[in-house]
Order: sequence, then C-alpha cells, then structure tokens
Amino acid sequence: MIRRYLPLFVTFLVLFMGYAYCISEFRAFSTMRPLVNLLRDNAHLGIAAVGMTFVIISGGIDLSVGAVIAFTTVFLAVTIQKLGVHPMVAFVLILIIGAMFGASIGAIIHYLKIPPFIATLAGMFLARGGATVISPESEPVYHELYDVVAGLSIPIGNGKLTFIAMVMLSIVVIGVALLHTSRFGSNVYALGGNATSAQLMGVPIARTTISVYVLSSVLATIAGIVFSLYMRAGNNLYCVGFELDAIAAVVIGGTLMTGGSGFVIGTFAGVCIQGLIQTYITYQNLTSWWTKIVVGFLLFAFILMQRVMVVIYKGRDA
Amino acid sequence: MNTVSRSPAGGNTFSGLFEKSKRYLPQITMLVVLLLIGRWISPTFFDINIRDGRLYGNLIDVFNRGAPIAILAVGMVAVIGTGGIDLSVGAVIAITGAVAAILINAGYPAWQVIVVALVVGLVCGVWNGALVAVVGMQPFVATLILMVCGRGIAQMITQGKIETFVNQDLAAISLGTVFSIPMPIIISFSVLAVGLFLFRFTSLGMFVEAIGINRRSTNYTGVNTVVILFLVYVWAGFCSSVSGLIVATNILGADANNAGLNSEMDAILAVVIGGTSLMGGRFSVVMTFVGALIIQAINADILTAGFQPHYNLIIKAVLILIVLLVQSPALKSMKLLREAKGRKA
Repeated sequence: MIRRYLPLFVTFLVLFMGYAYCISEFRAFSTMRPLVNLLRDNAHLGIAAVGMTFVIISGGIDLSVGAVIAFTTVFLAVTIQKLGVHPMVAFVLILIIGAMFGASIGAIIHYLKIPPFIATLAGMFLARGGATVISPESEPVYHELYDVVAGLSIPIGNGKLTFIAMVMLSIVVIGVALLHTSRFGSNVYALGGNATSAQLMGVPIARTTISVYVLSSVLATIAGIVFSLYMRAGNNLYCVGFELDAIAAVVIGGTLMTGGSGFVIGTFAGVCIQGLIQTYITYQNLTSWWTKIVVGFLLFAFILMQRVMVVIYKGRDA
Repeated sequence: MNTVSRSPAGGNTFSGLFEKSKRYLPQITMLVVLLLIGRWISPTFFDINIRDGRLYGNLIDVFNRGAPIAILAVGMVAVIGTGGIDLSVGAVIAITGAVAAILINAGYPAWQVIVVALVVGLVCGVWNGALVAVVGMQPFVATLILMVCGRGIAQMITQGKIETFVNQDLAAISLGTVFSIPMPIIISFSVLAVGLFLFRFTSLGMFVEAIGINRRSTNYTGVNTVVILFLVYVWAGFCSSVSGLIVATNILGADANNAGLNSEMDAILAVVIGGTSLMGGRFSVVMTFVGALIIQAINADILTAGFQPHYNLIIKAVLILIVLLVQSPALKSMKLLREAKGRKA
C-alpha cells in the first residue's frame, strides 16, 4: 500500500513545498488570482495530460497530442471563419475526426504490432502536416460564442474561475472516476502491468488498447477546442513540443513510465507544479526558457526516483 | 552469438555480394526514381556546373542539403540497432550551434571552437548513454529529458537571441570546398566512412545487433552490454554535434528555437527508409545514408515542382506509415505463414 502511494505522496509534497516557497517569495501568491489563472493558462495541458495518463498506464505513449491540438485549432478557425460553420457543429465534427484518428492509431499499434511511440510519431507528422496544408498561416476566430464563453466565470476570492478551467477540472474528476471505478480503468491497469497475463485473465486487449488511444485523441481534441477558445486563433505551429509537457506532467504525477501504475489526480498535481514553475518564473522576470530547464530537471529527478524504487522493490534485472 | 549469423566482413563470395545488393535494391531504386522524377519536372535537374570554384546543381544540392540529416542518421542507426532511440539529436544541434556561435564571437580561433563544439556533443552523448546504459531508463524517456532541457540550455547560452557570426574560417564548414566539392558533402561521407569502420570492420556492429536482438543473452555471452550501449549514445551525440556545426555555419548563426527542429524525426525516418527495424537488431549504415538522401530528394522534388514546402510533413508522414506497414511484424508473420504453406504444397 505504501509502495503504491509513495510517488503520489512525493508529488504532493513537492507541490505544497513549491507553493509555500512561492508564497514566501511573493505575497501575491497567497491570494486566489494566481491559482485560478494557473488553471486557466494550463487548461489544455491538464486535459491532454489526463488522456496521456491512461495511455502511459496502459504501457504506451502518445506523441501526437500537441499536433492534434494544433490541427484542432486550425480546423476550427478555418471551418468557423472561412466556411461559416457554427462553432457547435465544428466542435462535434472535430471530435468525430479526433476519435477516428485515435482509433486508427490504436488499431495500427495493436494489429500491426508497431511500437506506440513510432505509430504516434507518424500520427504527429500527419496531424501537423494536415494542419499546415489546411492553413499555412495563423487564422483568427471571431464568433459570438467565443465571446460568450470568455465571459463565463465564477468569481473566487480576487480571481475568476473561467469556463475553460472548469472544463479542465471536470475532466480531471471524470478521469479519476473512469480510472478507479470502471471496468475499463481496471483493464488499463492490467494491460500496462503485463499484457500477456491480462490477456490470459480475459481482458479484451484489442478493445482496451484502441479505446485508450481514442480517449487520448478525444481529450487532446477537447484540449484543442479549449486552446482555440483561449487563443481565439488557429495556428499549425501551436503546441510544438507540447507532448513532452504532457508526459512530464504524468511522470511528475507519479505514473510509472513502464505502465501498470499511476493516478489521474497525480497528473493534475504534476500540471499544477508545472504551472507553478511557469508563474514563479514570470514573477521573477526570468525568460520562459528557464521553465523548460526546470521542468526537464524535475522530469529527470522523478524518473530517477522511479528507477531507484523499482530496483529496490523488484531487484535489478539484467 | 549464433543468433546473429552474418557472412564475415570482406569475405563475401560473388553470390553473397549479389544477395546483399538485392536486399538494397528497393532503396536504390527509390532514390533513382525520385531523381528521375526531378529530371522530369525540371530538365536542368542533372546539370552540374562550376561557379567560383564550387559545384552547383540540383543533384549536388541533394547531397549538400541532405548532409546534416545523413550525418544524424548515421549516428541514430546504431542507437536504433540496439533497440533504442535518441530523441535529443535536434536539441544537441541547437546546443552545439549556440556554443559555436558564442565562442567564435568571443574571439576564439575556429579550430578551438570546433573542438569545443564536438566535445559538447560528446558530453550530451555521455549524459544520454549514462541514463540508458547505467541507470537503465527506457531510451526514449531518457533522451526525452535532454530534448526538453536542451533547447532551454541552448537559449540560455545565446540569451534567447539568434546569435550571428561572420568568421570565415568557421563558415568554411558549410561554405568551403575541397576540389570544388562543397564541404558538407565531404564531411558527411567522412562520417559515413568512420561509421562503416566502427560498425562493419570491428566487432562493435555485431555487438550492437546482438543487444538489439536480446540484451540479456548478449550479456550472458560475456559482452559488456553497458559499455557498448553507452558508446552508441556517445557516437550519436558526436554525429549530432557535427551536424549542428553544419546547420549553424550554413546560416552563419545559431537559432536556439529552430535549429534542428524536428530533425530527430527526419533522422528516424532515414533509418526506417533504409530498412533498419525500429525493434533493433540488424542495421545498415550505408542504406541509412541512402535513406537520408531519399528524404532530401523528396524535398528537392517538391521544391522543383513548385509545391509549397508545407506539403513536406504530410508526404513524410504517409511515407513513414507505408514503410512501417511493410516492415511490421504482423505482415511479416503473415508472409512467413504463406511461404510455409507454399512449401507444404
């Protein structure tokens, strides 16, 4: 029991210590505004990272999420702005496209036995290439619905919890419920723990694998919709390198890269830690590349911790 | 080590050589067809002329512009041969470029700058190698760390600016010529020669393939798999820094954001087109080099045809998918099954 929750414990410890340090440095951190802004600015990361958690627990990886977000923003900008489609219709269309995209990647991985990171790498090329072909330039979106959504918020303290932050929080809650209470969730754990024994136990391998990638792509698409609402534009160069942020959030959140163990709530903490670093670095007036270095260092520290724990508990394998 | 049966290097009979070239036929054909398509689009495609003591022409350009990816790929193929992957090569390109640009502007002579830049690449390789071979991380996770950090480090070195320089000695890496042949072509063929020597004329190549097939049993045969794995990542880091020097000197500046962006994908694509399986095992250095030239030939065709360069990505994605489908174990086992049935009948 301790073994299972230790990574999660360390993650929350880092989060609270980081938060305490930020408050000690900047008084403004003790109010609600930086916190709710953090949720707003990282809404797309939080949503995509929930999908990534499922994929990594199942023993796979999804490198296409950043490209799927970029494709979604471009698709929405072009259909809404140039073709005059209503945003709600465009949202439904892109969600269907996203689901089909995920299903094909999952099918390639399962039936053709291609390593997940290669299959999703090809998917990444395809999505970003598709976005570039649809619109090589940045495309702004002007629509009433976007204005309405931007106005939706709940005031908390001196900050405002925006609609996109609420979407992110509810997806985290749904993700937690799906992973820990549904049969699908148990199947994902079983698949990541040991695919062969999962199959012998009667876990539907094909269905679970494909569902995991559909889930990840659909959540990446929702992240794309949220990002489109946030940026009010579509650009094929959005979110380059984003998949690494998502993976970092998942790993910092205590999910094992080898699969079979992890928590959605930990991923949420991982997203918050990254957001905290970002906010702190902005407050310090340092340039944004410091974020990359610090996140990279955290990623390294957590993976190292995982390795040490695996070695201690299971003994070194040759 | 019986699992890796390969005819000993140099001792090929004539039929063995024929068998080998038959294996390489698809890639060679592909390259020739792509070049012929270029010739069909533009009648001057094969024209080569000398201007200011330097060879010019589309054909030369394929080799010249293909050099950075070809060098990267020659580094990557050994890593993939062990069943690993190096995602950090693009970031290493950015770091080497940044280091070279800053040092040359600080007034150091070009040869010192080149040495330091190459050492930086080696250090990056040592970092990756230590994480994979000693700590035991999965290769793509280990190299992901440098991929995330690397660009940040490069930006820290250049202070977020695009650092430009004018030093002619350093610029010679990209713009110089030897016997009228552009320098990048010379460098890429030299790296290919070193790669061939390391992996085909020493037993290193066989050890790499053995690790790719089964690391545990290779270990039991007495091969020090930790050292071999480590060296392979150092070699990839070295190749990345050579490539980084060419990329930086080509534009006479270090752009920490864009130098080598997505080049890890191109390098992996070159390896895959060259027929090396991403699962590890048998790998071909020469065919990987040809794979990089194929990618550049596609780029050249797209450009000469007057298409927008943004079709590049989608064409490459389709290409990588097709090659993966052909290579996939599922299809292979189907083929084996059919062959077995054919023998019975």
